[in-house]
Amino acid sequence: MANNEYPQQEQTVDGLRQWLLTTTPCSRLQARAGRSYIAWLSFTRNRLAVIGLGIITLLVLTAVLAPLIAPYHPNVPDLEQRLQTMSMEHWLGTDQLGRDILSRILYGSRLTLYVVVLVAIIAAPLGLVVGTVAGYSGGLVDSVLMRITDIFLAFPKLILALAFVAALGPGIENAIIAIAITSWPPYARIARAETITLRNSDFIVAARLQGAGHIRLIVHHIIPLCLSSVIVRVTLDMAGIILTAAGLGFLGLGAQPPLPEWGAMIAGGRQFLLDQWWVATLPGIAIFIVSLGFNLLGDGLRDVLDPRSGGK
Amino acid sequence: MKTTPSIMAGIGLKIPAIFFSVALTFLGLLFITFFIGRVVPIDPVLAAVGDRATPEVYERMRIELGLHLPLYQQFWIYLLKVFQGDFGMSVLTANPVLKDIQRVFPATLELATVATAIGVLVGIPFGIIGAVFRGRWPDHILRVVSLFGYSVPVFWLGLVGLLIFYGRLDIAPGPGRIEVFYEGMVDPVTGLLVVDALLAGEWDICKNALAHLVLPASILGYFSTAYISRMTRSFMLDQLEQEYITTARVKGIAEWRVICIHALGNVRIPLITVVALSYASLLEGSVLTETVFAWPGLGMYLTQSLLSADMNAVLGATIVVGGVFIGVNLLSDLLYKIFDPRARM
Repeated sequence: MANNEYPQQEQTVDGLRQWLLTTTPCSRLQARAGRSYIAWLSFTRNRLAVIGLGIITLLVLTAVLAPLIAPYHPNVPDLEQRLQTMSMEHWLGTDQLGRDILSRILYGSRLTLYVVVLVAIIAAPLGLVVGTVAGYSGGLVDSVLMRITDIFLAFPKLILALAFVAALGPGIENAIIAIAITSWPPYARIARAETITLRNSDFIVAARLQGAGHIRLIVHHIIPLCLSSVIVRVTLDMAGIILTAAGLGFLGLGAQPPLPEWGAMIAGGRQFLLDQWWVATLPGIAIFIVSLGFNLLGDGLRDVLDPRSGGK
Repeated sequence: MKTTPSIMAGIGLKIPAIFFSVALTFLGLLFITFFIGRVVPIDPVLAAVGDRATPEVYERMRIELGLHLPLYQQFWIYLLKVFQGDFGMSVLTANPVLKDIQRVFPATLELATVATAIGVLVGIPFGIIGAVFRGRWPDHILRVVSLFGYSVPVFWLGLVGLLIFYGRLDIAPGPGRIEVFYEGMVDPVTGLLVVDALLAGEWDICKNALAHLVLPASILGYFSTAYISRMTRSFMLDQLEQEYITTARVKGIAEWRVICIHALGNVRIPLITVVALSYASLLEGSVLTETVFAWPGLGMYLTQSLLSADMNAVLGATIVVGGVFIGVNLLSDLLYKIFDPRARM
């Protein structure tokens, strides 16, 4: 299907596309790449999801490049410059200690990313293991594990996180632990539901006949198939995690001063709300944009990975 | 009502199982709070006797507090106490925690109830409109409104609300539940200030309390609206695709009747759960909202106790909120079973 009227470059792009979209792939790699490409195509068709992905990319870039792009040091006070309004020197003004708000927001993206990544790393595997083991074993193990999951699900997340922080003491690490402890149960439920549908399927039986043990079956055959629904759920939960972490920071129980955590920054600017409104309100816009990004991305991923719930 | 006995019998069969699971969940809640109380780095004995106490006094206090017993016995004693309504004394207020909670809870209840009412009254019609006009501009507006609600921090919205309506426009009263001037002028009968003032015939106080309620309740109600409208839309879409809707349309029934009577009739049942869940989650949202609006409810009590490391009060408040959560879930389960014949099978 070589078309001579196309310039050379477009021909190779076309060739690559054909290689990806072929219905008769010649290798595993080609099949896999093709599947990913199709998923990518249907993902990019959702404009909002692409915006979400853009926001998250921007968040990551900001976090990485914060020292390069921030005009001032985030934590060094400059009392002569306190509570300045927006100007050319301080684009978003300064706070009660004369620190540049823009720089603090830029550095704050690091803390947000830190919280989100750590909570996901702790909570998602925990939920996956509990859910797959419960679903795979059935019987008493299943009942006990799911009862525990239900108990955790039955509580309001923020209250439980508050109680844990009270026990562990305020601080960003303890806030992360508290949020992770309260956010694994939905992942366990999802993983269990998926596992039950897979448990008796032929490929599991075949693997068992070949002598695969329980752990091998769960780790190599069941968990990979539960991953996509858990990833979607984790992405959708990220916004909630960010809001909870910011809430803990706002109450003075999360990140401690002078860390430029967005929730704590809002709390710091509260007493100047009526006269210097920018101190308390601007970090909130950052929180809003980032959680919006995760919500949009999660919605888009759900449509791609779980077509059943499309559009609802 | 010929069917009533059989309905009750059908529910009756399930009731022991439901209560068993609720009791187990509640036990789990108590276990978690007990565990948190134990891992706290504050030594309860030291807190009671001070750090200058002799070892003998320390040991005597340890025995008095029951800390020398094995853990399972301590848990049992803890359970007995909680069931007698004994959450211990609050260090901060020097009152029994239960009494404190009884004092602050009505304020939270008032706020959450008005907010849920807003959520139901605005959210359900919005959700129906979104489903009927799927993919057109009302639906897009709904999507933006609910997406905003899912993404914005409640405490930030509260502060912005205060800034605009109190600070700039000056049409809303400031933080607090009532003007300081009116404080304590009506007898607490129900604990709900608006109702108490009405009962006492104090029109001015009622108006003032209501004015203070509007902003925090609207902010919380907005989150409730975002959730309820999104769920209503999704349930309505499920129903509108069904064949009985087509049948009704073919029979020539007016479109509003198809939507409001046929489809909405079936959506009513899952909506009970949604409204109950949103009501319970408002208790949680109230922790942050109350802090912003200096609203003297359970949420503010909880955060103030947290900041002064008053563990008895923190755990007491956690148990109460968790208990209400479990109770509301139980209620929605039971209502579901009463209204939906399929759930009784």
